[in-house]
This record gives sequence, structure tokens and C-alpha cells, in this order.
Amino acid sequence: MKLELGFIQIKDIQFSNECAVKDGILYVNADDVKAFVYENDDVKAYIESIELDIAKPGESVRITPVKDVIEPRVKVEGPGGIFPGVVSKVDTVGSGKTHVLKGMAVVTAGKIVGFQEGIIDMTGTGAQYTPFSKTLNLVLVVKPVAGTKQHDYERAVRFAGLRAATFIGELGRNLVPDETKTYETYGVIEGYNKLPGLPRVGYLHMLQTQGLLHDTYVYGVDAKRIVATLLNPTETMDGAILSGNCVSACDKNTTYHHLNNPVVAELFEQHGKTINYVCNIITNENVYLADKQRGSDWAAKLTKLLDLDAVIVSEEGFGNPDADLIMNCVKNEKQGIKTVLITDEYAGQDGKSQSLADSDPLADAVVSGGNANMVIVLPPMDKVIGTLDFVDVIAGGHAGSLRPDGSIEAELQVITGATNEMGFNCMSAR
Amino acid sequence: MKSGLDIKIITNNPLVVRCLSDYYTIDYHEISFREILVKVRDMVYEGYELRTHPIAGSVKPNETPYKSIVVTKEKKGFNMEHANLCANAILTFDKFTPIGWTLPERILQDFQLIDYTLLAGALDFDAAAGLSKIP
Repeated sequence: MKLELGFIQIKDIQFSNECAVKDGILYVNADDVKAFVYENDDVKAYIESIELDIAKPGESVRITPVKDVIEPRVKVEGPGGIFPGVVSKVDTVGSGKTHVLKGMAVVTAGKIVGFQEGIIDMTGTGAQYTPFSKTLNLVLVVKPVAGTKQHDYERAVRFAGLRAATFIGELGRNLVPDETKTYETYGVIEGYNKLPGLPRVGYLHMLQTQGLLHDTYVYGVDAKRIVATLLNPTETMDGAILSGNCVSACDKNTTYHHLNNPVVAELFEQHGKTINYVCNIITNENVYLADKQRGSDWAAKLTKLLDLDAVIVSEEGFGNPDADLIMNCVKNEKQGIKTVLITDEYAGQDGKSQSLADSDPLADAVVSGGNANMVIVLPPMDKVIGTLDFVDVIAGGHAGSLRPDGSIEAELQVITGATNEMGFNCMSAR
Repeated sequence: MKSGLDIKIITNNPLVVRCLSDYYTIDYHEISFREILVKVRDMVYEGYELRTHPIAGSVKPNETPYKSIVVTKEKKGFNMEHANLCANAILTFDKFTPIGWTLPERILQDFQLIDYTLLAGALDFDAAAGLSKIP
């Protein structure tokens, strides 16, 4: 399957009375965006108001609590549309041509539960830890109708963000990209013949799937209910996987991460040179122990069936998913398939405690995204988009976290994307 | 929805009792998160088996006071793997800095909800349907 990505560099975002991209500047009419977002039954039923704001790199702005971050894209050639099974029809995506509005993101903010975390600072200490301090952010602050249940609110905010990103992405349809890149993987026999002798490498992509605020969707399906299955890597670039996860800010994969998966990018970089990048395998992280066994058994069955030589495994979240991570490692290693794990650490504030909730001697190649317990102090910002109401009770915060001057002392886990387990962060050596 | 014939829920979450007691056997205790972990560990020592992982979700164990774990109704014999899971869960809990505040009621209710939805997810139980029965 072959996909061409056309990158349109966005240099600025400005509110305007029209919606367009001209000379790299995105002009946004907030009412037009809202009108499109509201063409959805859940948004209509559960969302009382949506306020749009813009946050730019270097500004003294704090966005919290962040729910999702999404990159605007539009499918210009080939079957299907962006976010299949949710915004577009369920056609298989990942081939043809897609335009990407690069350098910007749509960010949704809304306090779905009271302790919800997720901070993006556009300057200062916090900005060093989140990749989204470097993007121009169009922020939607989404407020629910009074009495809305949290799960209905979460779904409505999810749809609101995806629809806003789709609307903005559409503005790039008829533009000439600044840069284009082509990504292609082959069928099993075709790839074997075209790339003889190169090691066959797959990507085992673990998806957080545990319940409200902990879910991931694949073509609109709650991934809790899937068994391990195959995906063409390019499908992820068209929004086949999206985030319904709004806790564990530091190590959740936002929709932006799924669209820009650095494991996929790096494997493509080596594809045809040092490796044969065969495909992605998605699997879930369920709470029920039998589900964990089934998931890891099936993932190992698929890697064997595909005759892989090696597999890169990325985790999402922490705690019980560590058990899935280790099972995925051990079962593959025992059948002779080399594994590299990507995770992050909860090693205590001093970094001295055991990093993962599970371990095994076979897990001898591990990449860490950083220690989420590390304490940081975020300076006060001139402007807050969203609310600071619950900063004291967010994960990694404590009584007095929010100081009178507006600064925050908390663990790194509050920062969106800080210890991302796909490696899309600022903590790793490069 | 998973059958409740051979499993029971050990919990300190009152919302779990309200939403699931018509469908499952529930052992409700007014004890702390850590005490639930210890209780379940001791049950595993006695021969009960775990059915859910003792650390669920990415809500950190030091911030939520609520914990629900599914175990077998009957003793099945000592399971070393499950004993390890319990021991690691307690170690994980202990490495987080204890929370230093009293949580307001609204936050407590949100934590109850998250624990309940994680459990409902594990049991293939329709979490929204369970909630709709609560006035």
C-alpha cells in the first residue's frame, strides 16, 4: 500500500471573517468552525458552548486540562477520508494522497473529570517537555450542558476535536504542498522478493483500552473489543487510530501522535535500506487477565505467521499495561523474534524505585521515554486557556501544587506528551 | 457481559455496589486502596485466583482512593504468578508519594466513576446502562 503525504507548512494562525490558508497563514472564522462541529448529534446534545482560542510558541500561555491534540489533514486522492469510521465513512484508508497542515494542531480542552490532567505550556520549563509548545495551536474549550454524564461529554469532546480538525484540514485540499513524501509497504511475497536478505521487522503497537477516559478507537471500533490484528502503516497516517484517552497526560498517545507515529516514521526511513518493514500489528491493553493472555498470544501468533525477525513494541500508559508489554516481549523472544520495547518509567521522585510494574530478563532491549515522577516547577503564565480549578488534584500534583503566584509544582506526568512511549518527546537522546 | 457465577468483586467503591450488585457478588469493605491490595494478596495466598490485574488504568494509585479487583469465587490452588502480580502492585503503590489532601466530594465521585468504568470494561458490562439506573 502506497501513500503520498503533502506537507503544507503553517506559519501563523489568525482569527478572521473567512476560513482559508494563504501564504502559509491559516485564517479562521470561529463561527464557521463551530457551525461544522455542531453538525453532529452528540455535540448538539451535550455541548453547551465552544470557545476558540489561539496559542503560539513562546507566548506566556498555559492550556489545561488538555484532552486531545489533533493534526489537520485532508485526503485528496484515493479511497476514504480522514478519521474513517468516525468522521468519514469506514472505507480503508492509507493509499492515494493526503495533505497535512504542518506546524499546527487542534487542541481540545475540557474538564471531563475533576482530577483530569494535561498541561501544555507555550513557554518556560513546561514548554521544554511537551512537543505541543512548538506547534501553533487552535484550542477548543468545550463546555458541557449541565447534567451531562462524563462518558457522553468525553464522546462529544472527542467528536468536536475531530470535526474541527477535519474542517481545518479541508482548507488545505487545493493547495500545492511545500514538500511531499511517499510511503510504501509491500505484500508478504512481494516484499520478500523485492528486499531479499533484509531483516523482516514489524511494529507491535499497543493501544490503551480500559474504559472511560482510557480508550482508543480503530476505524471507529473501541479497541477494547478487538483481537490483535494487522494494519498497513500508512493507514495510521490517515487517522485509522484515534485517541479517546484523557488521563496519564505524559504517556498517552494523542491522535496527533497516532498520525505522526515516530516508530512508523523511523521504520519507513530504514525500509529498503537496512530492514524490510512488513506491517503494523495492533493489540490492546485490557484489564482482564485472560484478555491480556489472549492479546499477547495473538500478537505473537501474527509475528510468527509473518516470519518476522524483529519487532518494535510500544506501550501506552503505565501500570497494568507493563504486564502486556512484558508478555509481548517474552512470547516473541521465546519464538526467536528479537524485540525492542519502548516505555517510560515511574521510578519515584528520586528515580531510585523499580521503573516498571513488571519485568523479565528477556526484556534486554528497552528504550525509556523518561521518568514521569520527576518533579518540575512550572512558572506562572499570563494567560490560561481552560481552567486551573483542579490543578491540586491532577495526577502528580499534591495539596499546594498550585501556588498563590500561579506557578505549579508537580510531577512530569501532568505535561501532555512529556514521556510519550512512541518516543515522540523531548526527553530521549537523539 | 461476563458471567458472575464464578467470580466476585473485592472493592471499596460504593458506586460499584450501586451499579453491579444485581449482577455480581460483591465484597464491599470500607478500607483504603492499599488495604484492598493487601486483602486480595492474602486471598491469593489462600488459593483464590485473580481475574483482573490489581493495577487498573492509568489513574495513579496514590491519587484515587478506590480500587476494585475481580477474583474467583472459589479457591483454585496457590497461583505463584498471581501472587507476584499482587506483590508488585503493592510495591508500585508504595513508591508513589502519598497524597496530602482531603478530596472534595465531586472529585471523590469522579474517582468512583473511573474505577467503576475500568471494572465494567473488564467485565464487558455496559457501564452507561449501569449508571442510568442511578437517580
